Amino acid sequence: MAVMTMIQAITDAMRVEMERDENIIVLGEDVGVNGGVFRATDGLQEKFGENRVFDTPLAESGIVGTAVTMAALGMRPIAEIQFGGFVYECMDQIATQAGRLRFRTGGRFQVPLVVRTPYGGGAKTPEMHSDSFEAYFLHTPGVKVVVPSNPYDAKGLLISAIRDNDPVIFYENMPLYRSVKQEVPEDAYTVPIGKANVVKEGTDVTVIAYGNMVRLSQDAIAAVEKERGVNIELIDLRTISPLDMDTIFESVDKTGRVVVVHEAVRTGGVGAEIIARINEEKILKLEAPCVRVTAPDTPYPPTLVEDKWLPSKGRIAAGIKKVLDF
Amino acid sequence: MLQILDTEGKLVKGQKAPNLSDDELKDIYRWMLRLRVYDALSIKLNRQGRLGFYAPLGGQEACQIGSMAALRKTDWLFPSYRDLGASLYHGWSIKDTYLWSRGQINGMKIPDDVNLFPPQIIIASQCIHAAGAGWKFNLKNEDHVAITFFGDGATSQGDFHEGLNFAAVYNAPVIFFNQNNGYAISVPLHKQTKSETIAQKALAYGMKGIRIDGNDILAVYKAVSEAAERARNGEGPTLIEAVTYRLGPHSMSGDDPTRYRPKSEEEEWKEGKDPVTRFRLYLESKNLWTEEWENEIEKEMKDEISVAIKEVQKAPIGEVEEIMEYVYEEMPVELKKQHAEVLSWKGAK
Repeated sequence: MAVMTMIQAITDAMRVEMERDENIIVLGEDVGVNGGVFRATDGLQEKFGENRVFDTPLAESGIVGTAVTMAALGMRPIAEIQFGGFVYECMDQIATQAGRLRFRTGGRFQVPLVVRTPYGGGAKTPEMHSDSFEAYFLHTPGVKVVVPSNPYDAKGLLISAIRDNDPVIFYENMPLYRSVKQEVPEDAYTVPIGKANVVKEGTDVTVIAYGNMVRLSQDAIAAVEKERGVNIELIDLRTISPLDMDTIFESVDKTGRVVVVHEAVRTGGVGAEIIARINEEKILKLEAPCVRVTAPDTPYPPTLVEDKWLPSKGRIAAGIKKVLDF
Repeated sequence: MLQILDTEGKLVKGQKAPNLSDDELKDIYRWMLRLRVYDALSIKLNRQGRLGFYAPLGGQEACQIGSMAALRKTDWLFPSYRDLGASLYHGWSIKDTYLWSRGQINGMKIPDDVNLFPPQIIIASQCIHAAGAGWKFNLKNEDHVAITFFGDGATSQGDFHEGLNFAAVYNAPVIFFNQNNGYAISVPLHKQTKSETIAQKALAYGMKGIRIDGNDILAVYKAVSEAAERARNGEGPTLIEAVTYRLGPHSMSGDDPTRYRPKSEEEEWKEGKDPVTRFRLYLESKNLWTEEWENEIEKEMKDEISVAIKEVQKAPIGEVEEIMEYVYEEMPVELKKQHAEVLSWKGAK
């Protein structure tokens, strides 16, 4: 075991997989010599050479689109989109091309592609960098969406994503890159896609979160538990698509009260989908209406406003109390 | 503009015909004629309601056959929806193109031994895909060439630029075959670009560009042969601008070309510049063409089409639960749930 930050765990996942399979390549803007703007690909070009790790032209559609055919023709590309806010530039290549090629060709072609991208608020980036667009891909058949919340999961999930035969959008929360350290096995291991993690068991409320919101929810939960003497369950989704509803339903059976936390804007978000599914299957188990703690429906705010805009420990705590007090 | 055969099917002074045997010349003509019949009958079948989406390719036979005849079966083709002719030549079946046109299941389940991607609908997206394929051939030292077809309108798209730029940067063995038929549905080329030619754009990407008479099949064959040779020699991609004309409408969904182009222009291309007639005149001059042979080819193709359309009309159209199986390698839980729900629709009114 080694102690790693999330970004080290991400680099390590690529390194161990690239050692195993020479068809795995890395491509993106500044991922070679520079090792990525966050250093996620640090040392990979040095180790694997310029024919495995590519500094591509600055063009997101080109990056993902070339990776689509390379994947369909037998490679296993890991494409980096430098910031999650830039993903519209390659929306066609992800949603229409990568996500549909297996479907269109009745299974003749598959697209084992990983699109890694940093996202999430709090890093004080320039505008149009930090947005959380994961719900678009939850709405997109044919692609999977993964969001780790810690170094161990990041490495295991990224290895699963690389080995998956369908396109996976791999979201990396920027503030989490270096803020948490954890023991991470040095060899390859997998954390399964499509399986949520019950971070903390509880009986009174279910809090569902992912990415950086897991850590924030933990703080809020501790505060409410202390204040109210309740026992709150926390689920880290880990995968946005496909959603692990079995784990959520099991929790709802116990608690009957649900809070979904995400930093993406509220309308049409991941929370909406989860709550709709809870309504479809578990309406009679509910003791209170499900609550969403999210950012408001605006574009991502200017830097100095972002901390007030993002869900906070206090707002999450208020959401939990709302379902408790209903 | 490279032209080898003039509009009367005579060798242009100073030009030499590509090195093709009589049998090869005849086979190329046979295929042009097959496409001509395919186009006419597909339009008819669409009007009868027996075919679905169809984008007429009549007038562009030289582009689609001359290019593919210059390549190998192992090369990879990235067509747009108007390039069913190139796709047929490369090994796709009439039956499959009709399944696709009608919107039946398995229409794009291209056989494993045909190196073809499904027709691209998003304009110019395939330029990037061809670049990716060529890049991959370089990485794996594969002796293949990727060819992609796109129209003049596609050259305005960002994906055209990104595709050409990536291919050039990675020195990828790609042929970007532009069928400049003068119109993107109704919008003429001069409203599409200020560039005098499309071929000149190659210069900016650092690749070879050539403008050819796209209705002269020998010019097409020569340009593509040379581009393929350069690609296989590690000399990178080529942009070919083939000047041609779509004789029919954009698609069969009510497009009326008289709204945007003069009838006289259509007549001029139909009468004076037709690619099939031109090549026939050339073959006639070499005593390689007879009317009986022409009738034979036409009859053979008509028969094949008649068999194909009957087959697809009898083939299963597909069920929702079947298409659900091809979204992911393994159906996720939610999709399985919906799969069961879809099955429960059966018999419901």
